[in-house]
Amino acid sequence: MLTPEEQREIEEEAAHYPVRRAACIDALRVVQKHRGWVSDESVRDIAEFLHTSPEDIDSVATFYNLIFRKPVGRHVIMICDSVSCWVMGYDKMRDHLKSRLGVEMGQTTSDGRFTLLPVVCLGACDRAPTMIVDGQLHANLDPAKIDQILERYE
Amino acid sequence: METPLTAKIRPDGEMIDLAAYERAGGYQAARQAMQMAPADIVEVVKKSGLRGRGGAGFPTGQKWSFVPSGPDSARPKYLVANGDEMEPGTFKDRVLLEGDPHELVEGMIISARAIGAERGYVFLRGEYTDAGERIERALHEAKSEGYLGQNIFGSGADFDLRLHMSGGRYMCGEETGLLNALEGKRANPRAKPPFPQVSGLFGKPTIVQNIETLCNIPHIVEKGPEWFQKLSLTGDAGTKLYGASGKVKKPGCWELPMGTTMRELLEKHAGGMQDGVQFRGALPGGASTDFLTADHLDVPMDFTAVAKAGSRLGTGTMIVLDDKTCPVGMVWNLEHFFAQESCGWCTPCWSGLHWAEEILAAIEAGRGSTEHLARLDHICKMIAPGNTFCALAPGAAEPLQSALKYFPEDFERHIREKRCPWRDGR
Ligand SMILES: Cc1cc2nc3c(=O)[nH]c(=O)nc-3n(C[C@H](O)[C@H](O)[C@H](O)COP(=O)(O)O)c2cc1C
Ligand code: SF4
Ligand code: FES
Repeated sequence: MLTPEEQREIEEEAAHYPVRRAACIDALRVVQKHRGWVSDESVRDIAEFLHTSPEDIDSVATFYNLIFRKPVGRHVIMICDSVSCWVMGYDKMRDHLKSRLGVEMGQTTSDGRFTLLPVVCLGACDRAPTMIVDGQLHANLDPAKIDQILERYE
Repeated sequence: METPLTAKIRPDGEMIDLAAYERAGGYQAARQAMQMAPADIVEVVKKSGLRGRGGAGFPTGQKWSFVPSGPDSARPKYLVANGDEMEPGTFKDRVLLEGDPHELVEGMIISARAIGAERGYVFLRGEYTDAGERIERALHEAKSEGYLGQNIFGSGADFDLRLHMSGGRYMCGEETGLLNALEGKRANPRAKPPFPQVSGLFGKPTIVQNIETLCNIPHIVEKGPEWFQKLSLTGDAGTKLYGASGKVKKPGCWELPMGTTMRELLEKHAGGMQDGVQFRGALPGGASTDFLTADHLDVPMDFTAVAKAGSRLGTGTMIVLDDKTCPVGMVWNLEHFFAQESCGWCTPCWSGLHWAEEILAAIEAGRGSTEHLARLDHICKMIAPGNTFCALAPGAAEPLQSALKYFPEDFERHIREKRCPWRDGR
């Protein structure tokens, strides 16, 4: 079930489109903001709320990189794997994160603290290499800086 | 040297709020535009010679003139700011979005007046959270002052402007893909015609414009088309937000006269190459542009001259390749991006790009053959302009075909030595 707060937030977005269904990406983002990811149940709830089918919502949800259809850790690290970061040492940063966290790309640490994912160019190529943690940008990375950043997230 | 687009941006990185923006002369152009006939605004923008800053360089005023006008034309009309900025190596719209969101809002108010749009969206990539907060704040401030909403500036015209945060996919930046995304669908492109100017968002006339393009509008209206043309060193008018990333001393983004040479960008503004590495080439305007080399350093970075040199100005933010970085690895990285972001609508794009990615991976791993090179050539032809539904595929061909052209010995060495010479030597 969508919470009253989720319903209110989705309703607010839907009011600004001539077609109710158009708010579907906003709805997915709202649910993910509150729950961390979008479950099958949430897909059904959103479909019902926007008067469309779960298949319709799911086909949209799976198209977009920032909608998670699987559970994630308490914090999501997305490291930029695009060209400028690659030139500036992406490989080393990725390997450092993998060994520090003990996970492969796409996995969550066993304590549920971090999920590690790749992301395309974050539009901060002049400060490469870069990553975002829970939506916040961290730039000019090096292994020591990554260690300091990780400590800030419980 | 005038820098109209970035002049109001605060050095401390904070956004300039409404009060400060107005103290610096902001929203005067909007007031002026509200007294002008819409057709006259279109005419001023046409005369200015402004070309779209999103990559394709289409003349902005001309695009606006395709929107049907008159009392019987379809309503509401829409204006959409394209803030998707997912082209790898591109980080210029972020500067404007974070630094001066009111400039964008003012540019949109004037553009909406010109095309008769009553509704607008700022379409922003989902990762730009800071920019999103600042745009929201600017929208709120502008609404409270009556600059947005109903009867704006007492003109009788309405303009409702909203922020949409994207779910994240490169295809959202393609203008018809963007319209599908705004309608809550997968960002597949649409067949043209009908063109969005006639039948776009929710089937209504729609103009999609890049952030930097829209931020130019208040200045053009305020200071006039002749002033705008004189900002440039060449025939393509205005200033341009240029950038450089890669192993240069001072990577960054700078507003400079249109037509500034690659050499000046590299040597003066980016401070030259880092110690110990040399310049080998650059993608002049983002991931989907052809490599240029040291022979092209004196090419003025405008639409016309870069095209003549065999590439595209694209987004104007260059990605530098140095002699300690493997060109094959770099192109593999790029084609991985394009293959992953291909929406799968057309077979040549989807399968061609995945094929190219596999071949490049094989060459990089020392499993390449000369046959592979012929196949890469073939793929570039397969996804050339005209063979696919949208410009993603031809854009993907650009770095690949030009790398094959300018760096053949690097590909051949990988094949001959059965390894990446950079990987082991690094
Ligand atoms: C795959 C793809 C991605 C694009 N991404 C963007 C983008 O992020 N921002 C942008 O302004 N234009 C982008 N474009 C270009 C748009 O389709 C369109 O031409 C542009 O927004 C028009 O605005 P302009 O005339 O002001 O440049 C992209 C094009 C393609 C094919
Ligand atoms: S060219 Fe590629 S991205 Fe564009 S429509 Fe075809 S498959 Fe999709
Ligand atoms: S390539 Fe990583 S931020 Fe642009």
